[in-house]
Amino acid sequence: MLSFTIRRLLLAIPTLLFISLVIFLLLEASPGDPLGDVPLTVPPEVRERMRAALGLGEPWPVRYLLWLKQFFWVEPLYWLDQAFGTDLSQGMQRIISFQSRSPVFDVIAQRLPQTLIVVGMSYLVGILIAIPIGIISAYRQYSWFDQIGTFVSMIGFSMPTFFTGVVLIIIFAVNLQWFPSVYDTTLKVTDWDSFWQQARQMVMPVTVLALYNAAQISRFMRSSMLDNLGQDYVRTARAKGLSERVVVLKHVLRNSLIPVITVIALGLPAVFGGAIITEQVFKVNGLGQLLISSIHANDIPMVLTLTFIFAILIVAFTLIADILYGVLDPRIRYD
Amino acid sequence: MIDTTRSKDAQALQAAAGNAATPEAASPPVVPPAGAVETRSQWSDVWRQFRSHKGAMVALVIFLSIILFVSVGPLIWTVDPTYVDIRARNSGFSLAHPLGTDQLGRDLLARLMAGGQVSIAVGLTAMLIAIFLGSLIGVTSGYFRRLDAPLMRLTELFLALPLLPLLLLMVTLFREPLSQNFGTAFGIFLLIVSAIGATSWMQAARIVRGEVLGLKEREFILAAKSIGTPAHRMILRHILPNVLSPIMVAATLGIATAIITESALSFLGLGFPPDFPTWGRLLYDAVDQMVLYPWRVIFPGVLISLTVLCVNYIGDGLRDAMDPRIRGR
Repeated sequence: MLSFTIRRLLLAIPTLLFISLVIFLLLEASPGDPLGDVPLTVPPEVRERMRAALGLGEPWPVRYLLWLKQFFWVEPLYWLDQAFGTDLSQGMQRIISFQSRSPVFDVIAQRLPQTLIVVGMSYLVGILIAIPIGIISAYRQYSWFDQIGTFVSMIGFSMPTFFTGVVLIIIFAVNLQWFPSVYDTTLKVTDWDSFWQQARQMVMPVTVLALYNAAQISRFMRSSMLDNLGQDYVRTARAKGLSERVVVLKHVLRNSLIPVITVIALGLPAVFGGAIITEQVFKVNGLGQLLISSIHANDIPMVLTLTFIFAILIVAFTLIADILYGVLDPRIRYD
Repeated sequence: MIDTTRSKDAQALQAAAGNAATPEAASPPVVPPAGAVETRSQWSDVWRQFRSHKGAMVALVIFLSIILFVSVGPLIWTVDPTYVDIRARNSGFSLAHPLGTDQLGRDLLARLMAGGQVSIAVGLTAMLIAIFLGSLIGVTSGYFRRLDAPLMRLTELFLALPLLPLLLLMVTLFREPLSQNFGTAFGIFLLIVSAIGATSWMQAARIVRGEVLGLKEREFILAAKSIGTPAHRMILRHILPNVLSPIMVAATLGIATAIITESALSFLGLGFPPDFPTWGRLLYDAVDQMVLYPWRVIFPGVLISLTVLCVNYIGDGLRDAMDPRIRGR
């Protein structure tokens, strides 16, 4: 298992380097000009100096290597400085956003909490809904509960989140006026009143995403439970007189959770980056919204860094899912 | 019935000829028809099984009526979807405009039909590209052992890409040059279709590769190989027909994903231009005024969801119908 992990970690390095190169070249090939908004009255030599100040004067391999150095060397050093008060990164240039002229990672750090709270909460709620539904629909296969569950989860992942979100806004924000339609990111939770306000504005985005996640996870849970319910060990457990509760919730559930946990781990990167559309619908000021706005503004360092962070998360969680699968299921051997 | 008796007669005749043991009599062998009782091809079997899946049948009927709605509908309802009638803007349901008009007075029913054509065309084309790429890579990596490792690394690489951000990136960056070269509508169509196709072939490739690896161990492949079948005929005649069912299931589900992705791009304002309606674009345009005119959001949204739901159900039914372990029960 250890050698498998090390091999996969080593393999992840060229993968990630290649992905970063692909993203970089894609951005490089783009016809957009970061100086496109600068008025034409600015004289050409000043324009040239502005380009140089943005670091655009160099040929692309140099800029790519510089970005790699900034990402993997300067930024970690800077965080070390922040944590321990050292000054290792003295005089080194961090990755600067074209748009806001502030370090990219500072902007990301500002946006991260909103995304994590809303999307993470929705994932959690989705899992908590999905697992019991999956268990019951598998245990009572083809019952009315199972039929309805199948239908609802089919609808759940057929309805795009931008439609469910808009429908919820029309019903609950416009007609009933129960919840606010716009997520207020400036709200600070200081007392019960503001906590209540925060909870109310989170209800709709969390519901939309949770419905979507629950639909998928409950299908996995159901089919995994069905696979296990027909196994011989279940019959043995029943034959030796265990109560139905123990058989299902202890023996079958534990074994069925193995593939489901890996599916959940594989879905986690989407929690950080994914909810681009839901954030757009409810105007949550998170990472997805940041990505969209920086794509529109041609903010190359921001787009590059954000997309690359998403790629790192995907690679990392794929690895975690594989390792978890091996740890939880001793029948799986990687070596 | 006549066929059966005749084949029985033929068999009796053959047996008699065999008894006579004269080589001349047996020389023109009378081959009895293979399916003596009733011809049951694989596809009629699949269809029979598919029909017993109630949800999938309902979905198929609804899906076909949606396709009729968007393809035949414009021939009956001949209002131009881009005709701006500013005096009739924001009108409600009426005889002239059964589903009302939008903020520029364009007829919503006609726009829904036109938008559906684009959305479904995008879904089908993107699926075709994805399935073509997926089966190509899956079959080559499954069949040629030397190409297996590099192609699978490539697949894993693509799976590790953050797809939605990359799609957004591609569509934003290349819409200008492509729409200049191929005309706005067709350029964007090309861009969106190839972007979606190029980012969604990986699952199909993996499934097909697995199936091909299993097939390669079977005897009929060995037999075909032993008579010297060249690789291309091997793949086209023996491998591909046998991996058709997983490809078809993946294709069906691929349509659903492609339609959702296209409408998501349109919803983020990165899809087709405004005068070129798609369901996602109609929804996006209507969101600004959803407080006053909620139905303008509801109609395209329901159509997207309904189409995707039907396609998913059809894929489900197809999977059940094509699985020989379930079929015939």
